[in-house]
Amino acid sequence: MEFFDNHKKLFPTALGLFVGLTIIVAILPAINNQENNAPLPASIPLTADEIAGKLSFISNGCVGCHTQQVRNIDMDKMWGNRPGIAADYAAITRTDFWRNTATLMGTERTGPDLTNIGNRQSSLAWNLLHLYQPRAVIAKSIMPAYQWLFIEKDSLEKGDVEVIIPDKYKKGITGKIIAKKEAIQLVAYLQSLKQIPLPDGKILPDFLYKKEINPKAVNTNTSSLPDGALLYAKNCQSCHQENGEGLKGAFPPLKGSPIVLGENLELYVTIIMQGYDARPEYSVMNAVGIANNLTPEEVTAIINHEKTSWGNAAKPVTPEEVKKIMDFINLTAKK
Amino acid sequence: MDPKNILSEWGIIITLILIIIPIVVGAIIIIIKANASITIYQKRKELKKFIEHLRELSPEESDRLKQRKKELEFTLSNNELAGETAPIDSKGLINNINEVAALRFIEQKKKSQPRPYIEPDLTKLILWYIGCAAFWLLFGTTIGEYIGIKFVAPDVDHYSWLSFGRLRPVHTNAVFWGWASLAMMGLAYYVVPRVSNGPIASVKTGYYSLILINAAVVFGSICLMAGINNGGGEYREYIWPVMALFGIGVFISLSNFLKTISNRTTKEIYVSNWYIISAMMFLLVIAVVAYFPSWQTGLGETIVQGYYMHQGVGMWFMLFNLGLMYYFLPQQLNKPIYSYSLGILAFWAQILFYTLIGTHHFIFSAIPWWLQTIAIVGSVGMIIPVVAGTTNFLMTFKGSWNKISGSYTLPFYLIGIIFYFTGSMQGTAEAFRFTNLVWHFTDFTVAHSHLTMYGIITFMLWGFIYTIVPRLTGREPSQITVGAHFWLALIGLLFYTVPLMYGSTLRGLMWIDGKPFIESVELMAPYWLWRAIGGSLMWISHLLFAYNFYVMVRKKETIEIPISAIDILRAKAELDLKETIK
Repeated sequence: MEFFDNHKKLFPTALGLFVGLTIIVAILPAINNQENNAPLPASIPLTADEIAGKLSFISNGCVGCHTQQVRNIDMDKMWGNRPGIAADYAAITRTDFWRNTATLMGTERTGPDLTNIGNRQSSLAWNLLHLYQPRAVIAKSIMPAYQWLFIEKDSLEKGDVEVIIPDKYKKGITGKIIAKKEAIQLVAYLQSLKQIPLPDGKILPDFLYKKEINPKAVNTNTSSLPDGALLYAKNCQSCHQENGEGLKGAFPPLKGSPIVLGENLELYVTIIMQGYDARPEYSVMNAVGIANNLTPEEVTAIINHEKTSWGNAAKPVTPEEVKKIMDFINLTAKK
Repeated sequence: MDPKNILSEWGIIITLILIIIPIVVGAIIIIIKANASITIYQKRKELKKFIEHLRELSPEESDRLKQRKKELEFTLSNNELAGETAPIDSKGLINNINEVAALRFIEQKKKSQPRPYIEPDLTKLILWYIGCAAFWLLFGTTIGEYIGIKFVAPDVDHYSWLSFGRLRPVHTNAVFWGWASLAMMGLAYYVVPRVSNGPIASVKTGYYSLILINAAVVFGSICLMAGINNGGGEYREYIWPVMALFGIGVFISLSNFLKTISNRTTKEIYVSNWYIISAMMFLLVIAVVAYFPSWQTGLGETIVQGYYMHQGVGMWFMLFNLGLMYYFLPQQLNKPIYSYSLGILAFWAQILFYTLIGTHHFIFSAIPWWLQTIAIVGSVGMIIPVVAGTTNFLMTFKGSWNKISGSYTLPFYLIGIIFYFTGSMQGTAEAFRFTNLVWHFTDFTVAHSHLTMYGIITFMLWGFIYTIVPRLTGREPSQITVGAHFWLALIGLLFYTVPLMYGSTLRGLMWIDGKPFIESVELMAPYWLWRAIGGSLMWISHLLFAYNFYVMVRKKETIEIPISAIDILRAKAELDLKETIK
């Protein structure tokens, strides 16, 4: 055919087809998307430190293992309260003239999703230790250790943030480990990652592919509570550790803890829901319960797991008791 | 890992078996040797006795032995039927006689074809391309091997430049833009002029491209390790000034090829050139769209990222390699391609469907639902070009299957074609919404990209390189090392991908179950170990490939003494000519 034998016709045709399709599936949707989406009203721009932390996040290629997107499927519920929408990313523009926009949505979850990490794990001490040596807080973690974000000093100077390192990871270190500014900024960025609530009245987009609840399991009255060990692993274990012994100088043990074993349920539930900062020898605990929307049943399951594990043998509590306290907490929190 | 458990790990057991085998073989050899020396000692004793007996040998006995000797030595002259006339092969039918002198432990494969005429300048250029590509393959996969090890031993080092997040893009970009791209371009410098049946427009331009692309990979790798990257989109980690070098390199070679094609002496444009030229044009479109430095706010970036990374894979690497395949496969099998029109159908279908599928990397994300659906539909549409292409190649093979066992290049082609089918179809299956639930975000994607970029692209490129380099240089690699390269790469790839796919499936199911995330990390540990083992085998095969390439191009003075009648007469003529000049 003449057409196929003429390079002046054949190649421009192929190119035209490709460019045409490119415009339809890439360029127009991309322009449409960036023109027609605005950040949510409740979103707060990043501070200078958080921006610096984000640059560090980009530099070190964290996106290679951590996504920042909550898909609209049931299994992604653990990463956020609602599926991500275009507006969540609308405020992100080009990093600078040399570098492209970093939505950091990612394609690989070798490590957990970080969309909501600022709510899930906001403790500065935990984050710094985790950056210095992830295996000090999560034994099975394979995350790289970012030790170049820290320096060793003989003594603390004013404004220094010291990181308490467990002895196991202290080989060859004689002085104190101080977080560099970059590490603090990186943590500031991580703490800023919080899913923004939709404006009032907006209907939450639905999660698809809901898990089918096995009716048999619901009917058995023996254990209507969720799995306490599982909830503990998801919400508490990264600080208090699997063996309930915590980490010396950072996170208190729950094994033999007077609060866990004691009778003051109100204090216990309040700590889980709203966090705790009463003991100077340990780091601040963030509001785990509120941040993760724990239900009274879930809190009860966690409490009962803690009360009966690692040699602890205290009397379990009922969801009704916990619910009463939580209702009260919610009431005072709203005021 | 617990040292007690390590012995129950299959990887360790197999490694141990592999170590034990040579030890056992060594022990057996020692026993045989010892046994032999004992026998010799006993024989010596016997010999002494025999010599005494010889001294006292009687004349009668001696005569009898002489008579028997004569009888035993009788033979036919072997000329009883043929007579004394010298044989004449008046029609030159008997040629290239290959006598088997020794046992053949390794089957002798067919030697490469004699060298066609290619300008020495162009030969040198092509070899430079392939040489640089081989370097980037070694460099890129050494990095890959190292980051694979980091999954098993995360504390192996704590330097920022060598941290996982920075090295991962160094690996992927070096093998993409350094290895595969340079190898393809080098091979195109061979194919484009040959199918145009004319000389290349400019050899010099080829060198400029080579320098620019190498510079892009060097600067790109340094930037990434120093922490300067584009913001995280896969294969888009080089910043735009670096990628511009690459783009200019492709652009000038593209115009070089277009000139060559417009000067062609054939009427038709062979289908290889359709694919090759289109791949280069499309790459430039993709790069400009993705790198133009003043747009892509918010999700715009994600939509473009999906488009960019998948077009990079499918429109640059795949299209280019298919073009090369349409030249090399028929040429290796010494017969025309099964169906030229299937090749053309596959070409247009590939453009039509492949362009649509980019966003299937963001199924269930916040990008528009209709765009996700189009991507899934496009992925299904890919069945057409893939089946058309595979059928075309396999039907070209039909009737020549016996050639595979006798060739050291064709196995690479066949594996490439098989992975072309399975790898691409796997991609289609992965794009479905349900499979996304299980596999998305897991290492299944990593396994898939190795099955395709390695199983398809790299295997094909190796086949092409082993085909043409011996022709260009006149030197062949040892068939044993080519065979070892093939098998190590193939077995390594399977060790790498199969456990990773299995483990990822379990991991995805665990996520659906809502298990704590860290349990899914723990689950992957043995599969990551397997990946490191498979990766090591692949890496060793690359060392062999680099060695083979060295053997093919090294300048070794060879003194050839003419054997065939033609060569002897030619040598005589040359000698006579020289002497008359004197």
